[in-house]
Amino acid sequence: MTKSEPLITCQNLTLGYEGKIVISDLSFIVNKGDYLCITGNNGSGKSTLMKAILGLKPPMSGRIILDGGLAAGEIGYLPQQTMIQKDFPATVREVVRSGLLNRLGLRPFYNAAEKAMAEDNMKKLGIDGLAGRCYRELSGGQQQRTLLARALCATRKILLLDEPVAGLDPQATADLYTLIETLNHEGITIIMISHDVDISSGYATNMLRIDENK
Amino acid sequence: MFFKCTGYKMSEIFNKLYLYFQFPFVYYAMIAGILIALCSSLLGVTLVLKRFSFIGDGLSHVAFGAIAIAAVMNLTNQLILVLPVTIICAILLLSSGQNSKIKGDAALAMISVGSLAIGYLILNLFSKSSNLAGDVCAALFGSTSILTLTITDVWICGILSVLVVVIFLLFYHKIFAVTFDEDFMTATGVKAKTYNLIMATIFAVVIVLAMNLVGALLISALVIFPALSAMRVFKSFRAVTICAVIISVICATLGILISILAGTPVGSTIVAVDIVCFLIFSAAGKLKG
Repeated sequence: MTKSEPLITCQNLTLGYEGKIVISDLSFIVNKGDYLCITGNNGSGKSTLMKAILGLKPPMSGRIILDGGLAAGEIGYLPQQTMIQKDFPATVREVVRSGLLNRLGLRPFYNAAEKAMAEDNMKKLGIDGLAGRCYRELSGGQQQRTLLARALCATRKILLLDEPVAGLDPQATADLYTLIETLNHEGITIIMISHDVDISSGYATNMLRIDENK
Repeated sequence: MFFKCTGYKMSEIFNKLYLYFQFPFVYYAMIAGILIALCSSLLGVTLVLKRFSFIGDGLSHVAFGAIAIAAVMNLTNQLILVLPVTIICAILLLSSGQNSKIKGDAALAMISVGSLAIGYLILNLFSKSSNLAGDVCAALFGSTSILTLTITDVWICGILSVLVVVIFLLFYHKIFAVTFDEDFMTATGVKAKTYNLIMATIFAVVIVLAMNLVGALLISALVIFPALSAMRVFKSFRAVTICAVIISVICATLGILISILAGTPVGSTIVAVDIVCFLIFSAAGKLKG
């Protein structure tokens, strides 16, 4: 086991929206290689915390410090399904490649190395056979694998997963957890939001429970 | 007998078309129509998916208001006023996120109806035109303006269309990614807001261009129908985009030809062809399963 190396440090974080405080004075450190599971009831501010870590929503007070060579924009993210994606005409390959966008900068098109990387990630997650299929026609588990492959294209350091198994059948759930564990063993830091305390605690190295008004 | 009859009719149609295409304004209209159809269909897929189908309508009403002001100010080139005003409104509407006080659709309705009313009011109060009703009707339905284009108009239209297409191609991957998942892109360090601004600007340009062809009230049709038709049949973003462009160009060409032959208004004829095309593609999509 290597010496713990902080990747994300949250100091006295207070979060909320429209002037209403949801989380107050929260401090924690995520080390490199950690598998952190964040649990809590609905409305306890799990998703708000995740948005703050991703830099989508500034905290009301406190600080989020990125360490260990982690720059803003190097956080891979597995979001919950949005309405837009339910009828989006896009192939698996198109979705996975969109994860490469942060490498493009001002370049308009992907180069051969980047395309190869997308293919590798699809193979790794066992969806290379689906590359030409339409995203919206896949099963829930296949869709999550597609989005995971996209996240892996964006970063090799840390993944944030927002309720990754919501709506999946037991088999797909187990498969996805195993897959995430494999990624974690390969050195990718995982932060997962889940309300499934029993199962997720079996995999996680750290737990963070958020309760209301605390 | 029947064969002979249709043969005669076909040659008559071709003769008539040949005769019409002797006039520069007819092929000016043709060139401008095809270019506008091409541009307007490019962003259709993105707008439909982002639930912004009505933004074309709103922006064209803004452009109508701006045209009214430009007409009263006696500007020789109305684009100088109309283009910037429409671009600013497009940016305001498309970038107003979930956090704004007035929600997206309400803001859209407010700006759109507001500019329509103010535009008509200004025209009524200050216009010296003898044919006010005709002017307003042309601006709303594009009934004749496409056939009165000058060579300068066609050049402006050509240059703007090329710009729109080039920018779309250069930003194709970014537009796709930001449409599919804006949060993911922001989280991974992509400047999603900048790309939204670029999309809003291109869209405003397209709207101002398209007003010439179909008028302010029918613009949404030009943007939405080809995208919806293509989405019935194709399943990748690239195929849908390419198909939407082809559908749009073919429908515009057919629509203009029919309107010349039958003497129907250009804008509504093109939209009617688009509707027929949508029905055909819906049926094809159902058959394909």
